[in-house]
Amino acid sequence: MREVAIYGKGGIGKSTTTQNTVAALAEAGKNIMVVGCDPKADSTRLLLHGMCQKTVMDTLRDEGDDVELDEILVPGYKGVKCVESGGPEPGVGCAGRGIITSINMLESLGAYEDSLDYVFYDVLGDVVCGGFAMPIREGKAEEIYIVASGELMALYAANNIAKGIQKYANNGKVRLAGIICNSRKVDNELELLEHFATELGSQLIHFVPRDNLVQRAEINKKTVIDFDPTAGQADEYRALAKAMDTNDMFVIPKPMHQDRLEELMMEYGFFDV
Amino acid sequence: MAISKEKLDKMLEVYPSKVKKSRKSHIMIKDGCETQTIEANTRTVPGIITNRGCAFAGCKGVVLGPLKDMIHIVHGPVGCAFYTWGTRRNKAKTEDPAKNFLNYCVTTDMQESDIVFGGEKKLMNVIDDVMEEFNPAAITLTATCPIGLIGDDMGAVAKSAEEKYGVSVLHFNCEGYKGVSQSAGHHIANNVLVDKIIGQGEKEQADSKYAINLLGEYNIGGDGWEIERILNDIGYEVVSVMTGDGSYEDLKNAHVAELNLVQCHRSINYIAEMLETKYGIPWLKVNFIGIDATIETLRNMAMYFGEQDLIDQTEKIIAKELSEIEGKLEQYKKITQNKTSFCFVGGSRGHHYQGLFAELGIETVLAGYEFAHRDDYEGREVIPDIKIDADSKNIPDLKVEPDPDRFRLRIPEKLYEELKAKIPLSEYKGMNADMADGTVIVDDLNHYETEEFIKIFKPDIFASGIKDKYVVQKMGIPAKQLHSYDYSGPYAGFKGALNFAADVSMSFATPTWNFIAPPWKGEPLLDGKIEKGAE
Repeated sequence: MREVAIYGKGGIGKSTTTQNTVAALAEAGKNIMVVGCDPKADSTRLLLHGMCQKTVMDTLRDEGDDVELDEILVPGYKGVKCVESGGPEPGVGCAGRGIITSINMLESLGAYEDSLDYVFYDVLGDVVCGGFAMPIREGKAEEIYIVASGELMALYAANNIAKGIQKYANNGKVRLAGIICNSRKVDNELELLEHFATELGSQLIHFVPRDNLVQRAEINKKTVIDFDPTAGQADEYRALAKAMDTNDMFVIPKPMHQDRLEELMMEYGFFDV
Repeated sequence: MAISKEKLDKMLEVYPSKVKKSRKSHIMIKDGCETQTIEANTRTVPGIITNRGCAFAGCKGVVLGPLKDMIHIVHGPVGCAFYTWGTRRNKAKTEDPAKNFLNYCVTTDMQESDIVFGGEKKLMNVIDDVMEEFNPAAITLTATCPIGLIGDDMGAVAKSAEEKYGVSVLHFNCEGYKGVSQSAGHHIANNVLVDKIIGQGEKEQADSKYAINLLGEYNIGGDGWEIERILNDIGYEVVSVMTGDGSYEDLKNAHVAELNLVQCHRSINYIAEMLETKYGIPWLKVNFIGIDATIETLRNMAMYFGEQDLIDQTEKIIAKELSEIEGKLEQYKKITQNKTSFCFVGGSRGHHYQGLFAELGIETVLAGYEFAHRDDYEGREVIPDIKIDADSKNIPDLKVEPDPDRFRLRIPEKLYEELKAKIPLSEYKGMNADMADGTVIVDDLNHYETEEFIKIFKPDIFASGIKDKYVVQKMGIPAKQLHSYDYSGPYAGFKGALNFAADVSMSFATPTWNFIAPPWKGEPLLDGKIEKGAE
């Protein structure tokens, strides 16, 4: 079983990329569980054709400790097992603690079956506190992919996440497995991202071009692969899935200093138009 | 049996140099010829085993806990609630036994999912239950560490509960991690009591002219009751006690008193000061521990009011109390005479009990406070010199103004100044002044230093708390808990002194000590080894 966590700046397209990639892996016959680690609970919406799932935290609150696995684990597109950890509404309680609680709950209920090929964790925006680092500590996810684009803030976030990974990698098995570019059509985006990934000591595992089809599929509550399997964009996600499946480059990242990151932006930047 | 600076230095050598430097500034050997300062109220170095508690313990456990007609809701895990409930042996009784709520431990018992989703609704549910079940005069909500972390808005809950039920619901942001010890919690509690309770009553005048409040008396083992009995006999009206056997109803009208008595300076001096500024009530540092101290306190009080009938009645009661215990101390003194003690307690007893020990022929060779500030050691005149650090800045300082309607000078300014020269009016001289040259004063005494000082001084009794009691007893030294009085009390006043004498001589006379050999009795006096070839 490979446990994969997807991190990246808020709004960068983590959930969309994760679900499309998972759909491609499922299409190729893989047995997968997706764990949404975001209090908004929208990490499995496309796989489930809409949000119809009770989160682990809601179930725990309503049922007490007497939770059954099938109450929280719902099969979605091609049998992908979907879980949302859920959490409090914005501004109250502790969402980070919620993620810790629900992952522990999944473990104790035996959700991590041996027959699974992959477990994907889709984690909310920035790692703001210990709770959101849960999937990369305590021996959960060992492969981390960071979704980024050529925009400065996305690379800032990616670099910060790499710092977090480095911290946990030094005492554990977690490794950076690659950068996924979810294109924003920024100048020199491919070259910038390739350079950025290399400088971290990692790789740009795939460049996902921008396509409005993703948006249309999303409005229809579907992944692109589900919505229009023959589209070119579907093949892009299949290529990403294949690259992940055959990936063997797992490194302890070397995050950059702020200055170096800004220098890199200048090199590839926006100024030579 | 004294300790030299060199010996003290050697004892501290096991510490890393920075720690050694820090601890050295918290320990002094009294030398009356020098101006000596001591460091206090700073963070305990991590790794050191301290006796200190947390801000929550100081706020809920010490100051608020004894208020008997309020329900104290602990917002947090059940452990925080349980261990601040009655462990101090603060006693209380009410006319209607059903209205003595100290028998109940009330908490939101925060569970994992409450932490995740926030505990405000649960807190409101508990308030609903409390109102239905007990209908108390008022409610306190106290915050534990996790509440501060998840950011529950207790103020908003308190406000809506007040609107819903029309009773006072006071919230205290006394998360345990605030400040360096329980002292922070005392201050937080003091602020809210002045801001939200004292002065809320309708009374404009006390029922009689000798009206006093008793501050910093927590009625441990019934001390407060013994003091009140004597004061009532003399003719004083005790308006309120803060907070032992105290009540919300009494506290509301505390502003009518003519004088505030301050027993525990550390935990309640903020209230004493604020009431002087706001209502013009002077405060008198008192000490009802020990016979001489009690007599002096009663005479000082009579001098403050200055009326002959009160002075006469005071002397009459002193004589009566003395006659009732006359000769009874002697039997105990046969056992307690010519002994030595360590006296390490929270914020005032480390000082107060030295006098009582002396009356029993026991000399205090080492004393200290767990959580006091420099003024409790060196006297209030050092307050302007106390450095404000980041930890103390975190504790809000309530600034009060004279109440436009209720401020009234209790005595003319001139008389006030005259009295100040004679009695400790709005003044506390601190512990150090009363200690003999060559004795040791230690702030925040820790486990290592306790053991080392015991080996050096071999005291006959160690007065402290539950945290070091059994370590000390295993070293063959009787240990007397002066936080909770073990299972005994009262120790205040004349008859209390007799109780104390009985308990202390019992701990000396018990045959237990014949069965314990202190560790140093099995240790060689000199360290050495035989070098090879030297035989």
